[in-house]
Amino acid sequence: MALALLSAAFALGALIVAAKAYTPEYAFHAYIFAAAGVASVFAVVNRYYNRPAETPQLIDGKPNYNFGPIKFATLAAVFWGVAGFTVGLVIALQLAYPFLNFDLPWTSFGRLRPLHTSAVIFAFGGNVLLATSLYVVQRTCQARLAGELSPWFVVLGYNLFIVIAGTGYLLGITEGKEYAEPEWYADLWLTIVWVVYLLVFLTTIWKRKEPHIYVANWFYLAFIVTIAVLHLGNNAAIPISIFSPKSYIVWSGVQDAMIQWWYGHNAVGFFLTAGFLAIMYYFIPKRADKPVYSYRLSIIHFWALIFMYIWAGPHHLHYTALPDWAQTLGMTFSIMLWMPSWGGMINGLMTLSGAWDKLRTDPVLRMMVVSVAFYGMSTFEGPMMSIKAVNSLSHYTDWTIGHVHSGALGWVGYVSFGAIYCLVPWLWKKKELYSLKLVNWHFWLSTIGIVFYITSMWVAGIMQGLMWRAYTALGFLEYSFIETTEALHPMYVIRALGGALFVLGALVMVYNIYMTIRSPKTALIGSQAALAPGE
Amino acid sequence: MNMTFESLSAFAASWGSIYFAVMFFAAVAYALWPSKKSLFDRASRIPLSED
Amino acid sequence: MANLTPHKPSLWHRHAIFEKNSIILIIGILVAISIGGLVEVLPLFYLKSTIETVEGVRPYSPLELAGRNIYVREGCYNCHSQMVRPLRDEVERYGHYSLAAESMYDHPFQWGSKRTGPDIARVGGKYSDDWHRDHLRNPRSVVPASIMPGYPWLEQTPLNIAHIGEDMAVLSVEGVPYSQEMIASAVSDAKTQGSADDGSTASFLKRYPKAITRDLGGNGGKLTEADALIAYLQLLGTQVDFKLYDDKANIR
Repeated sequence: MALALLSAAFALGALIVAAKAYTPEYAFHAYIFAAAGVASVFAVVNRYYNRPAETPQLIDGKPNYNFGPIKFATLAAVFWGVAGFTVGLVIALQLAYPFLNFDLPWTSFGRLRPLHTSAVIFAFGGNVLLATSLYVVQRTCQARLAGELSPWFVVLGYNLFIVIAGTGYLLGITEGKEYAEPEWYADLWLTIVWVVYLLVFLTTIWKRKEPHIYVANWFYLAFIVTIAVLHLGNNAAIPISIFSPKSYIVWSGVQDAMIQWWYGHNAVGFFLTAGFLAIMYYFIPKRADKPVYSYRLSIIHFWALIFMYIWAGPHHLHYTALPDWAQTLGMTFSIMLWMPSWGGMINGLMTLSGAWDKLRTDPVLRMMVVSVAFYGMSTFEGPMMSIKAVNSLSHYTDWTIGHVHSGALGWVGYVSFGAIYCLVPWLWKKKELYSLKLVNWHFWLSTIGIVFYITSMWVAGIMQGLMWRAYTALGFLEYSFIETTEALHPMYVIRALGGALFVLGALVMVYNIYMTIRSPKTALIGSQAALAPGE
Repeated sequence: MNMTFESLSAFAASWGSIYFAVMFFAAVAYALWPSKKSLFDRASRIPLSED
Repeated sequence: MANLTPHKPSLWHRHAIFEKNSIILIIGILVAISIGGLVEVLPLFYLKSTIETVEGVRPYSPLELAGRNIYVREGCYNCHSQMVRPLRDEVERYGHYSLAAESMYDHPFQWGSKRTGPDIARVGGKYSDDWHRDHLRNPRSVVPASIMPGYPWLEQTPLNIAHIGEDMAVLSVEGVPYSQEMIASAVSDAKTQGSADDGSTASFLKRYPKAITRDLGGNGGKLTEADALIAYLQLLGTQVDFKLYDDKANIR
């Protein structure tokens, strides 16, 4: 009941802030918080009155897993995924055809781009990580998730943060730091949700019966702990008042640049890499029904990766006003990062040794294996681009965008799709997926889409870089900036086409997932959830 | 002793890299240590154990 | 491998506790990730050579600060960078390479990471106010092939600077040298800078040397968001006089 009073007080506080808010947008957000507070009061109260006597930890000897929050997070991941991909498609089209900005504040590229990056990284990626981490920690520890309300608080609280951040961008509420745009009150809310997430994850590990902590949980722990550190470091800001959405970052100039990209690169390093390596370390062995290639390599891979990734931030600031010693340090470690990254790739790929034929019959496994191949590709391209000489050509151009999307669409996207395709039958206790043919369609549609995307961005980026530095025989700059922009138009159209194919593939997945849950065809006959793919 | 930047970076360059090398070889030796093999093979089968 | 003599027998099984005990594992993770971060970030705060010693860089005036907040709000950093690199073609295309000192009062920094549009670190004074006003309203009217979105609402929205003084108070807490007098007269200073024929220009210029004061409003001094943004854009890259600046002294 204390919880109910707490959320009621929270709702009241939000209402007061709404009343005295400086700007209407901030009042709108305060009303959302108030509504969430009131909703949680009702949820807690009726939960309190009709809660079961004492949820059993074990049912006839087997752990009674808590799949409720995981189901919500999985469906939220699919929803935000499609939403984020669509916004990406819209802004890609806006670059090719500027009239699509409609000259309105809410549809302008400047506000839609942070919406795209936050939607696909934090909303789609975040929910996939929430769902898979809460699932994997239960299965590898053979223990029920700790707490009854707290997992729901983590999942619902995280999605509330996404709604606040997303609507905030469109209304112009942003801190202006890439990949850390949400304002101070959204950051505070995320900090609370993240601490509870760490506690739920940790107490589940403490309840484990299996003495050894499986390596996937190491990566999840590194992901949760490091993101907390990065979040606190980079978002240190002072609001001008409780009633204003505006805040000013404590750091400034070159120090702020260093801290931003220490955060920025490690948001990629720990959110999109360490977290998703945990997915790889659990779902590929599970789907291929073979143990991971070399558990010992995964121990070296773990410590090497998390130690080295932190240093790599300055390769975003080559040839800028950042002191030279920091740039060189960042470059050196970025190149060394190639080794642990490929250590992870080899460990994932070689798990298939002896089961390579499964790639022909099981498109879900093929998707996860191709994702590890994309991981290898983009973590090879990354160290190459962090060499100062190469970076002087690639920095500020579309080549960076090509690199980002080979990692994002190829690695993060595919390993998430693979994990979702594995999870849905297990969570909803279905025999198998509705149709493996549809997974094939999804696979080939989005693979072609990714190839279009990456190649067009490579061509555009290298061309733009070369045109900027081109000199005529007489020693004058050959091209004005606008001539380079004009030359990019065809590549922007091909990129939008690639993005469209990727969105189409995601829609095929949505239909497949919907039918898996709804259609009687996949109903479970035997009592035991089938693991290996059907057919 | 006066902790100037130069003295610190000289120390880091010399002793620091030796420390990193030792730590790396210790980790690799530990992971590949033969007597550990059974423990790790059992650990790698955790996800496959059907509960 | 078997004959590898274990050189630290007692510590040998130390790693096992990482595998069995989650608290030790978290401490191990925190130690591993903090080394890199600290070694790269801390020196930037205490090394004197990080920010070049240079004259002319002053905090933003209230109107310029309001303009900068609009720049951040509209997400201009997504397509425009504010960092000229010391490369031959960039120095020739944009001007002197950017110094760390030029952004030392920027909370947050806006160096940017993508040039869909040109770099604007030195755009101050290159184009007239009217050019900026037309360009913001409809970029294609002055640059036919531009893919920049239009911002027609900026010149239709009156500038809300009621709380700009509080912004400057917070910034002074964070180390930007705003004096109490500057904070107190923030709103009036913004109006002074926006309209040329105001008596208090002299005192305003004392607080913000070399600040541009002219009839930005174009419609009788009623300040709009476009005026604030243009005041900010016209300032970019004009503060340091590179005839006096000695490159050699600050190589680091």
